[in-house]
Order: sequence, then C-alpha cells, then structure tokens
Amino acid sequence: MYAAELVGVTKRFGPVLANDGIDLAVARGEVHAVVGENGAGKSTLMSILYGLHRPDAGEVRRDGNRIVLRSPTDAIRHGLGMVHQRFRLFPGLTVAENIVIGAEPVRRGRLDRAAANEAVAALSERYGLRADPSALVGGLPVGVRQRVEILRALYRHAEVLILDEPTAVLTPGETDRLFEVLRTVAATGVSILLVTHKLSEVLAVGDRVTVLRQGRVTGRFTASETDADELVNAMIGRSLTPPAPRRARVPEGEPLLEVRDLTVRDADGVARLSGISFAVRPGEIVGLAGVAGSGQRELVDSVTGLRGAVPGVFLAGTPVLAGRDPRVAYVPEDRHGRATAPGMSVAENVLMGAQRDLASRGGLPRAKVRARARDLVDRFSISAASVDVPIGALSGGNAQKAVLARELTRSSQVVVAEEPTQGVDVGVRERVHDLLRTARDEGAAILLQSSELSELRDLADRILVLYEGRVVAEFPGDATETELGRAMVGATG
Amino acid sequence: MNVFEWSFLAGVLTATTPVLLAALGGLLCQVAGVFNIALEGQLLWGAFVAVVVSDLTGSAWTGVAGAVAATVLFSALLSGPAVALRADPIVVAVGLNLLALGLTAFLMRQIFGSGGTYSSPDLAGLPDLGELGVDVPVLREQSPLVPVALLLVVVMATWLTRTRSGLRLRAVGQHLDAAQAVGLRVSGYQHGVTLVAGALCGLAGAQLSLGNVTLFSEGMSAGRGWIAVVAVMLSGVYPGRLLLACLLFGVAEAFGFRLQGAGLPQQAADAAPYVITLAALVLAAVTRRRRRSYEHA
Ligand SMILES: Nc1ncnc2c1ncn2[C@@H]1O[C@H](COP(=O)(O)OP(=O)(O)OP(=O)(O)O)[C@@H](O)[C@H]1O
Ligand SMILES: [Mg+2]
Repeated sequence: MYAAELVGVTKRFGPVLANDGIDLAVARGEVHAVVGENGAGKSTLMSILYGLHRPDAGEVRRDGNRIVLRSPTDAIRHGLGMVHQRFRLFPGLTVAENIVIGAEPVRRGRLDRAAANEAVAALSERYGLRADPSALVGGLPVGVRQRVEILRALYRHAEVLILDEPTAVLTPGETDRLFEVLRTVAATGVSILLVTHKLSEVLAVGDRVTVLRQGRVTGRFTASETDADELVNAMIGRSLTPPAPRRARVPEGEPLLEVRDLTVRDADGVARLSGISFAVRPGEIVGLAGVAGSGQRELVDSVTGLRGAVPGVFLAGTPVLAGRDPRVAYVPEDRHGRATAPGMSVAENVLMGAQRDLASRGGLPRAKVRARARDLVDRFSISAASVDVPIGALSGGNAQKAVLARELTRSSQVVVAEEPTQGVDVGVRERVHDLLRTARDEGAAILLQSSELSELRDLADRILVLYEGRVVAEFPGDATETELGRAMVGATG
Repeated sequence: MNVFEWSFLAGVLTATTPVLLAALGGLLCQVAGVFNIALEGQLLWGAFVAVVVSDLTGSAWTGVAGAVAATVLFSALLSGPAVALRADPIVVAVGLNLLALGLTAFLMRQIFGSGGTYSSPDLAGLPDLGELGVDVPVLREQSPLVPVALLLVVVMATWLTRTRSGLRLRAVGQHLDAAQAVGLRVSGYQHGVTLVAGALCGLAGAQLSLGNVTLFSEGMSAGRGWIAVVAVMLSGVYPGRLLLACLLFGVAEAFGFRLQGAGLPQQAADAAPYVITLAALVLAAVTRRRRRSYEHA
C-alpha cells in the first residue's frame, strides 16, 4: 500500500494538456523525485495532489483510499503538506506564527504564544531545522524561509511532503543541509515528493524517480540503478551534446565593462563592496562566484546603473548612466519581480524597452508587435499558448527564456546575467548556455553571476570570487570546485 | 485661549469620535486586505438612518441600533461585489459614496418633506454621560459612544495581536494565496471585516447626528469619512497610531471652532481642520517613508 497515489490524472488548461493520464505512487518514508522539462506538468501534478487544482479525470489516493481534495484545507486534513515554488509565507508575522497559523494553540480564548514557540522549537530540534521562533519572516534569508515552510507542514502532521523546486533558490551549502533534513524527515516515515531540475540531486537524495514529458510519464527509475544520461534521455528524448571543448582564447580590445576601485556603502555607512577592480573585454565571459550576500547584488546593481551613476563603473570608457543604462543587457535573478511584469502579456514582456523601434506615427501597430513577439517566441523556443497570455502563467523555464529573448536581442554590448539557469530544465539550460556563448562569440562582454559552480566552470573564461564585498581571488575558467569553494568561504592561500 | 481648558479637550473628543469610529472600521478592512474607501458614504448613511429611526420611535438608542443595522446592509453592497465577485473595490466604493449622498437627499425629501437640514423637538439625541451619573469633567457632556470608541481602540489592538482570529485576519491581509494555502477561509474573513466596518460606520454616523448634534443635514459627514481613510492609510495595522491620527483631526476641528469664535471667517474656520490634518498626516507619511527607504537602501 502506498502513502499517496495519483491514478490516471489528467488536467487541461484551455488548449494545454498539462497532465495526461499520469500514475504516480509514493511509499511510506520514500524520497520520490519528479523530474521533467519546463512545462512538463510537474507543478500542476503536485498542485492536484495538494488540492490547489482539481483533476479533469483520475483520482488521488491516501493509504489506498480514494480521497477528494477540494482545497488545500482538505489536503492538510489528509496529512499532505507542500512547500511551494514561490513561498507562501506572511512577511509581517513571526516564524512561530507562520508555522502554527491555521492550527494555533489557544488558551482561554487567547493565542498561546508561549505554547506556539515551544512547539516550533521542539520541531526544529527534532528535525534539525534551525529557525528562531520569534523572528519576523520578512527579514529572513531564503534558506531559513524555506525551513519555515517545511516546519509548517510538519507542524500540521504532514505524512506526505511535497517540495516544488526547493533547491532553485538555495546556495550549494543550503542545499546540502536541506537534503540532510529531508533524509531525517523521511526516516521518520514521512514520504517526500521532490520536484527538481538538478539531476545530481535526484541521484543523491532520491529513492525512486519519475520522469514527465509533455504531461505524460516517460520513465520510472530506481535512483541507485540509473544515471544522469538515462534520465536526460527520458526527459528530453535525446542526450545532451557535450559542451564544446574550451578554447584557449585571449580576448583582445578595449574593455567594454570596466570597474575601477568601486566601493559601495549601505545606508548605515557599512561598506558592502570595497575596492573592486576588474575589466571585461569583448568576447569574454567573466564569472562571479561567492556565497549569497557577499556583495553580488550591490555589484550587479552598480554595473547596470540601478544603483545610480556610481563612480568607478565605466561602459566602453564612459561612466555608467543612472537608472538602467541602455548599453547593458540585464537578466535578473528575480523572475517575477525585476525580470518580468507577471500580469502583462508575453508579447509586452518580451518587447518591453523595444517598443520605441516598433512605434510608428505615435502608435504601436498591434500586428507588428505581435509578429515581432511571435518571432522571438519561436526563435527562443518559448512554449506559450499564445503571445497574449500573461507571462506569469508560463512555467518557470519558459518565463526565463522570455527574459533572455528580450535581453539578448537588445544589441547591448555588455550582458549581465544573474543565475540565468535557475529553475530551468537541462534542455533549456543547454540552450541558455549556447545563447550566452553565441553572444560572447559575437563580441559581447558578459558578466555571469551564478551560485552553481559547474555553470561558471562551463562558461566563464575567468572567475572572480567575492567574499565580504571584496574580490579575494581570481581563477581561470577551469578551476576546480574545491579551489573555488575554499575561496568562497574566505580561506585564501 | 487656553488649550488645557476642559471644554477644549471635550470639544476635541467630540470631534474625534465619529472619525475614529469610522477609521476603526477602515483599519480592520486594511488589516484583512480589503480596500475600503466607502467610509464617507457609510458614515452619512448611518447618520441619516439614526435620525429617521430616532424621530419615528422617539428613542435615540433605537436610532443607534437602526443606524448600525442599516449600515451593515449598506456595506454588504461593498463586500458582495468587491469580495465575492472580486470587482474593483475603488469603483464600487466610489459608487457607494455617491449613492449615499443621493439617497439620503432623496429620502430626506420623501420622509421629512424638505431638503437641507432636519431637526425637531421629537428627535431624541443621545444622553450626556453627566445625566447617566458620570462625573468626569471632560466626559460630562459627551455621549456614551465617546468612551465606547476609545475602548474599541484598545479592544481592537488586543484582538489583532492576541487572538487567533486577529492573527488570521492579519495573515489574510498580508498574503491572500498563502492564507488560502494554510486553509483559511479567506473570503469569510474579508466579508466579515467589511460588514463590521459597516457596523462601526453606523455607530459613527449615529454619533455624528445624535451625539455631536441632534439633527441631520445633507452631506453632514462633510469629508470625515475621507479623513478616516487617510488616517487608516497612514496607520498601518496599529490602532494606537490610528487614535493619534484621529485625535489630530479632533484637535484641529476644536481649534477651528475657537478661531471662528475669535472672528475668523467661517469658511476659513471650516476648512482649517481638514487642511491642518491633511498637512500633518502627509508630513508624517513622508518622514516615515523617508526613514524606511534609508533602512532598505
Ligand atoms: N494556471 C494555469 N493556466 C494556464 N496554463 C497553465 C497554468 N498552470 C500551468 N499551465 C500550463 O501547463 C503546463 C504545465 O505547467 P507546469 O507549471 O505544471 O510545468 P512544470 O513542469 O512545473 O514546469 P517548470 O519546470 O518550468 O516549473 C505549461 O504549459 C503551463 O503553461
Ligand atoms: Mg513548476
């Protein structure tokens, strides 16, 4: 008997068949990985299991019995818990409040804060999920917020825990810690459904793997008996082409991006960046590594002009312009905040900033706009029902491709990319990497910030390591992960 | 002029109370994420119904009850479309404000036979606390709704921070999807606060037409509902701050009366409280925003 089963689940969104007769079963205490391309239907399937969507056909079973889930409330009652791809936390409430809400301890008609804090502390202790119960959630780092979500599910006695791309937002260290936690939790008999794009994670932490492709199951594997190639094949129907061998190149020409002795202070006068100097030449990709919060945000904001016209940043020899310097293409990490306007259409989003070129006689000819948008959608193989759907309705990977489509067609000579493959599937990742390499070969100067060391090693000609607001080391692109990792935590030499 | 005279302080309390009651309703809506700018209309409607019922029954308390009931019904016209049907709350609220203005003017002619101002010896006003045996100087000539309003500030602050439903209400206002995901009945809470705000505006209206004065005149809410809206926007989820913002208006209005007594033209004296309140509230908002943006930079 399985802890949870999805049997013949089908779900349509208008013309899109998101899930097509899917069967999936999780045993007690099992870590079950669900992988597949962007838009394969993973999130939809998980949402059905959590009562957020109702299936058009098929059923959900718990411990062998059919259950009907009309809402998350029903799901919670049946011992299901979910950690969402976009967190569902209340920023103005404390950690403990966020966890107990919906099942709060009450004493004599009042909220029993002490009992809540105690319960949360006990749970944290038991599963090794450290979080201060009385801290406000709004000010916490992403990794801790995620712990709060997991604790919330455990507090509600979840016996099946669904995590949708939990590692997309985590640093490598945080990811390792999460996996330890998941193993601890699974050892207590909780079943875990883990959606992810990173195959190494699947193999490291999963017991079994289900692969989805275009709404159907295309493979079922036991993690210990499979490998990444086999999974990729099931996911995208072909193998990945190995990256072109690294050319030893010495980029020439005047730097397109130059940073000279850049120092940035926050409102309290604390230096967030000190004495940063580097240059990126045409045809060069410079990688930026560092643990989260080492100054990446400040550096990127300075280089793109978002921090104003900071002294020390030069684009093709002239100072950066405040606002958003048009000479820089920028692929932001925050996909639904900075990178896109989620409520606006795909067409509006991919053409944002380019409308001026399309305008004629003071108007925007609709036909021209849509034709141009459709062209971009095709060229970057973005799968969307039409260019008129809101971009927020696209799957994560497709939204990311749309951002790249906009930025890489801006004909800017400098490209700043932050976590460009976060949350995208292996096929898209390969495609994004190709796009960046092509831009490089066409003479762009690229600054690539990534928390994934393998990505930096695949793409970058040189890698700068940020630590506490300083560049503490510079490596050639083929540096080992160990070397990089040591520099990232400030262990020099 | 001595600001510390009891009569001045009493004037402040009188002027503050209707604004405060309406603003408490608005605050509740804001906490639960309902954008309610229909306070002005509800206040006016409450004031009108209070006078009509009191006039018919000869009982001020029945008037108050009638005003509360009628304004709750009126607020359902906001909660229905805005919460259940997810219509734009601004559009609905603007409609309601206009409706209240037109409807009270129309019904006034139907019921009392003429427009303008209605007052009559048959119209029972709310008793003074002095008559009920309260012997505190500032409160002696106030209606019982004045201490009720002050008490409600404390009640609401406690409710929002110390109780389960208060916590859930705040959660609903902060993140609708998340509230749904943890199993809260989001629309239930939002309907609830909108109707409670209706009740509070009913009380506010009754205080205005049976407490502050004993009459009804067209458009007598005179922008107090809007002052309440501004006070709410600047107070976040804190009833204590809300009280301060409303007191500011009370002080300004009481001051305006004094100025009129001192020979200032009436129009200027009438406008004074609004100008002073808005200027001060906006100033407060700007300095707060500035401080906050430093913290985040
Ligand atoms: N609410 C919705 N309305 C319309 N279409 C939707 C909706 N949710 C999902 N879809 C569509 O259903 C398909 C499956 O989407 P889903 O989010 O399940 O993919 P996914 O496997 O989670 O992808 P990713 O890895 O990018 O997160 C996509 O084509 C998507 O555009
Ligand atoms: Mg997804």
